[in-house]
Amino acid sequence: MATRKRTIEVELSTTGLDSQGRPQRVPLMVDESGRPVDYEAPPVFEDELDGEPMLINVGPQHPATHGVLRLLLELEGEVVVRCVPHIGYLHCGFEKIGEYRQYNQIIPWTDREDYLNSIGNNVAFSLGAERLFGVGMTERCKVLRVIAMELSRIISHLVWLGTTCIDIGAFTPFLWCFQERENVYNLLERWVGARLTTTASRVGGMAADVPEGWVEQVAHFVKTLPRTINETDRMLTKNAIWVGRTAGVGALTAAEAISCGLSGPMLRASGVDYDVRKDFPYLEYETYDFEVPVGTQGDIYDRYLVRLEEIRQSIRILEQALARLPDGPVNVDDPRVILPPKSMATSEMESMIHHFKLVMEGPRPPIGEVYMPVESPKGEKGYYFVSDGTAKPVRWRIRPPAFVNLSAIPKMVEGHLLSDVIAINASIDIVMGEIDR
Amino acid sequence: MSIGRMVVGSALPADAPAPATPRDIPHTGGPENPSAAAVRERFPDAVQRVEVIWGETTVYIDPPRVREVLEWLNGDESQRYDYLSDVTCVEYRDFGRPLQVVWHLRSFPYRRFLRVKVELAKDAELQVESVTDLWEGANWLEREAYDMFGVTFRGHPDPRRILMWETYNEGFPLRKDFPLRGRFSRSEQLRQALTAHPGASYLLEELSPASIYRDLPADMRERYIAQSSED
Repeated sequence: MATRKRTIEVELSTTGLDSQGRPQRVPLMVDESGRPVDYEAPPVFEDELDGEPMLINVGPQHPATHGVLRLLLELEGEVVVRCVPHIGYLHCGFEKIGEYRQYNQIIPWTDREDYLNSIGNNVAFSLGAERLFGVGMTERCKVLRVIAMELSRIISHLVWLGTTCIDIGAFTPFLWCFQERENVYNLLERWVGARLTTTASRVGGMAADVPEGWVEQVAHFVKTLPRTINETDRMLTKNAIWVGRTAGVGALTAAEAISCGLSGPMLRASGVDYDVRKDFPYLEYETYDFEVPVGTQGDIYDRYLVRLEEIRQSIRILEQALARLPDGPVNVDDPRVILPPKSMATSEMESMIHHFKLVMEGPRPPIGEVYMPVESPKGEKGYYFVSDGTAKPVRWRIRPPAFVNLSAIPKMVEGHLLSDVIAINASIDIVMGEIDR
Repeated sequence: MSIGRMVVGSALPADAPAPATPRDIPHTGGPENPSAAAVRERFPDAVQRVEVIWGETTVYIDPPRVREVLEWLNGDESQRYDYLSDVTCVEYRDFGRPLQVVWHLRSFPYRRFLRVKVELAKDAELQVESVTDLWEGANWLEREAYDMFGVTFRGHPDPRRILMWETYNEGFPLRKDFPLRGRFSRSEQLRQALTAHPGASYLLEELSPASIYRDLPADMRERYIAQSSED
């Protein structure tokens, strides 16, 4: 695991300064005259002990594995020599169930797959399905979807930051992050009525327009969030313990990261500036002004910096989206996919038949297939649809970014200490609902 | 191997248009990915057909030749498909149609996306060559494709099931002949699971190579057998 040496300026929370303003050092050992002497490590005897490698299970029921992940570790002393991940404890067959559902009926399943990014998944699914149907979306819908995706990116990164702090031993940022996440959930609740399982979008539009005053509330949130982010930044970025636990741990080079198929912050921390929003844009992301943060070392510390910066960039995108949110309808005017208004469905025969056919039979896409990648907080999430012209997809495939990112964990942990396994695992940002599906 | 900033799209000319959200994509037809023509030129007898649907180019390859084509796409300077997005399979409801294995490839330097497909007749053995040595990320994706569809990837270093457990013997869940609710009733599934692991135990002290033998990759199994025969 070759990493370049680098210097991170570290601050201690309680610095004692001497009369010249320089930080005071606390001597560990002093000689008779009271002068500090260099500490000499005691001789190590353990190397001569010869033992068998030890097999241990981390998980599947372990709080630091972020769900039901089981890592079978082979240890030589405290060093991991082999790591065999076992997944599938949460396998529900989402893709199989999707083959028996109409397109709009699959959207609730996308909530439950990567449940920290549920509204982002809804939007991604709708984008893919719309391309398959050949329908467009309205301008207002486009901007609302950008707002939804960036809000959900903020939620996901905040949860990642909070839980990773817990794993590494810092408790306070966890509370700050979860407080802010609560604010986003309150916003989502006002919009679609649900907090976690939003099911916010439909093929051709959204489930509902945003309520009155919602945009101002988001604007207020966007204004207050940077304070929390800056606070967390001050707390962690130069924290000696945080740097010690994360810098140089679990590093992957750019070539390794590309070969392993990593995506999202994991790939960018290794120095590859691939972001689906920039390279294969959707929702007109090319018209928003934002930067893609890239790391240099590919270690946990860089992944932390990348994710922190991504929250700030999401705030920038949100500000621009709120400023340009146009008025107008949310749903596209296309009777192939959009239901007639309820008032018409109960008063006009044609609308009632139309409503009945769309609900009972479902909209039918033409024969074809679509792979729709979006930049989810975890990485490149792709929905792959294959249609044979009926109302239910022949194949609905989720390209799970966390699944592919997790597959690189043996590469990252082998040779590291057991305690680093927890930190490395946290840095991948896994959601087992998405990995097992 | 150095760690440095790798800029995506470096192989494109400086005046290449910036990527933009595609609009008004036609159902069929439209511009074809230039790699498709390159593959056709390089492997004229291996390409079965090329389709462009909703703006995405699909190249159908003769199954025995697919590994060769993928290797060329990955390694050739004019293509550089260095990123494997996805490996998966598609089975149609029409039972007579062949099962398809799909590779979604991405070229970072040329900013291209290509879908490569092979069609495997269902009455023959479902086998293709593994690409784990070209893209390490293919490892788990191929294991999942095997687990869900029963397609064997020849040369895979660790061909175990991944989402289902090792002793699962009801077949391949995403195949169309597999019923949505599974092959057996819930009570029968539970009974089978218990009989498969008669001594199933979750105590950590009992985690020995013998009790987790099935969960180990092949090379670890061999190593532990060799160790136990030495003792």
